[in-house]
Amino acid sequence: MLDIKGLRAGIADREILKGIDLKVNPGEVHAVMGPNGSGKSTLAQVLAGNPGYEVLGGSVNYEGIDLLELAPEERAQKGVFLAFQYPVEIPGVTNSYFLRSAYNEVRKAQGKEEMDPLDFLDLIEEKMKLVEMDPSMLNRSVNSGFSGGEKKRNEILQMAVLEPKLAILDETDSGLDIDALRIVAEGVNKLKRPDNATIVVTHYQRLLNYIVPDFVHVLAHGRIIKSGGKELALELEEKGYDWLLESSGATVASVA
Amino acid sequence: MTNVLDQVTKKAESSDVGHSREPVNAAKGHTMVEAYKELYSNLKLQSGVASQPAWLNDLRDKGFAKFEELGFPTKRNEDWHFTNSAPIATKKFDLRAEGASHSVTKEALEPFLFEGDWATIVFVNGEFDKDLSNFHRGNGRFFISTLKEATANDIRLVEQKLGGLGQIDINAFAALNTAFMQDGVFVGVSPNAVVDQPVHILYVGDSTGANTFVSPRTLIVADHHSEVTVVESFVSLNGAEGYFSNAVTEVYLAPGAQVKHYKVQRQTEDSFHVGSSFVYQKGDSNYESFSYAVGSSLSRTNVDTILDGDGAHATLNGLYMVDGDQVVDHQTRIEHVAPNCTSHEIYKGILDGSSQGVFNGKVYVHPEAQKTDGKQSNNNLILSDNAEVNTKPQLEIFADDVRCTHGATIGRLDENSLFYLKSRGVSAVTARKLLTYAFAAEVLEEMTIEPIKLKLEELAFSRFAE
Repeated sequence: MLDIKGLRAGIADREILKGIDLKVNPGEVHAVMGPNGSGKSTLAQVLAGNPGYEVLGGSVNYEGIDLLELAPEERAQKGVFLAFQYPVEIPGVTNSYFLRSAYNEVRKAQGKEEMDPLDFLDLIEEKMKLVEMDPSMLNRSVNSGFSGGEKKRNEILQMAVLEPKLAILDETDSGLDIDALRIVAEGVNKLKRPDNATIVVTHYQRLLNYIVPDFVHVLAHGRIIKSGGKELALELEEKGYDWLLESSGATVASVA
Repeated sequence: MTNVLDQVTKKAESSDVGHSREPVNAAKGHTMVEAYKELYSNLKLQSGVASQPAWLNDLRDKGFAKFEELGFPTKRNEDWHFTNSAPIATKKFDLRAEGASHSVTKEALEPFLFEGDWATIVFVNGEFDKDLSNFHRGNGRFFISTLKEATANDIRLVEQKLGGLGQIDINAFAALNTAFMQDGVFVGVSPNAVVDQPVHILYVGDSTGANTFVSPRTLIVADHHSEVTVVESFVSLNGAEGYFSNAVTEVYLAPGAQVKHYKVQRQTEDSFHVGSSFVYQKGDSNYESFSYAVGSSLSRTNVDTILDGDGAHATLNGLYMVDGDQVVDHQTRIEHVAPNCTSHEIYKGILDGSSQGVFNGKVYVHPEAQKTDGKQSNNNLILSDNAEVNTKPQLEIFADDVRCTHGATIGRLDENSLFYLKSRGVSAVTARKLLTYAFAAEVLEEMTIEPIKLKLEELAFSRFAE
């Protein structure tokens, strides 16, 4: 489904990703872990097509096409979804209007008919149950004045509506208390299907108690320095990142 | 009707309020002022004017004398530094003949009306039109009439209040309006009375009003603990080229009064508009103002309020959206005279084409006005390379225990927000439209008159997002 080869990217003159290789198959859950500043979020943003980042080299093949050639909206229309670490507030646009516009634009791009507002309301109410969201949130402006937990739930609601093939969750656990974490994680698990895949980007292991990965990759200094099964996450939880950084030749100081 | 507002007027006119304001330092003897002189003597010959009470004609004379003295403002005048008044000042306008016919129909006004039950008062080219209007004169608890009728019936309150807040000493356009004011509306509300039906005053220009100037005048007197909603629409129809509406509205709020006063300016882009609202508030009163400005080739709106009683609150919000060669200018002044008053102000602008926007907002806090809480912001969204905005939020604080904030922004659409929408599959074009609409909707959401909010949101939506 996704084949990343030697991906290098950065902001302005600073290279952050220094050659990433990663392969993701349908049905798999991959966790990308790493200390702060390792490039985890950059990887997520580059895959979603954030124009603030510059791709310096390498390739990303998604379902047989060159993902890096596509505009962000085209990526989304082809099934790539990024749950933001910091969801953007858009005062003045209601959540329901936003969700319906997005849903219909994706359908249009896929050659399907647009859904009328009433049918969409049925659909959205169903999806909201998945993340235990109050229907009143539909009439509020997108993320505007939402608590941290509400914002993250809203991200998963968007994911539930758009039903992506490849979902990238960027630090979805940050800022969540344990109840919100459970709700968000359960939402993600319910959306899991044999034909879609998930990349979970996270600093801490705790989210992985709920969303169990098939593979864990450790990112440091813009490179994947170790890959393994879900037990690698537990090892990181126990030992921290230092032992890996030392064995890979990096110093702790340069990470900070 | 009681006259508890008497002392209010005096206070407003006394010299310790507004002392910081400089009179207009305009070029005198402007050629066009001579032309107005002729128009003014013609006006005085009109039967409707000649038969008016002496006090009103005195007020007119005072207004015209001030206008002559001040002349049209030039760029040397600080309040006109960014807006060139020349398109108005150098144009020769006509005075409309009394009782001239027009072509405005009910259907033509349909787009300018709001949902629900309104008292609707229509003036075409400055003149009251009974057939297009639909309103009750009141029930003894409140009184609504045309200004002409009110003066003809010798309503004392009108004589006492009209011109009390007009600022003709420093504002040439207010002086010009005072000299030429032909008609308008008087709304008087008794103590504790609530006017259930909102009042909608439509000042309409049509092709028969092309190249004329009209001077609508509105007076609102809300006695203590009364409530009233008044919306003034300034609109014009196709063919009203060179139509110039120069309006003044005076609003008095006695203690505890609540007045919602919105202005909707949707004149055609070949017309001109200048309008000033002068407001005076006693303690615990609440004045809510909204200025929506999308029309005219050149428009200028002043909103001035004086908070002169403990616990008074003012909300001054606005939205301007212009394109092409339009120029839109807003000047607000909030004067905190008494302690413990609050004022909140949000103005937003969206500018496209080669349009120009000006926002000049002053918050003036007197030494006695301790515990003042003032918030002011002006945010502008620029959609093209040639559009321009000048914004000048100003705080002048002479009390030491106040909380005042202000800020202004001029920018383009936020890249993060654009990316966020696009990452959900929304096309680049739709994302831009949606964010532009959202920028406008954010301030429209502040409106508390629901039918207007819905209507203006609809207009903004079809302008940007469809």
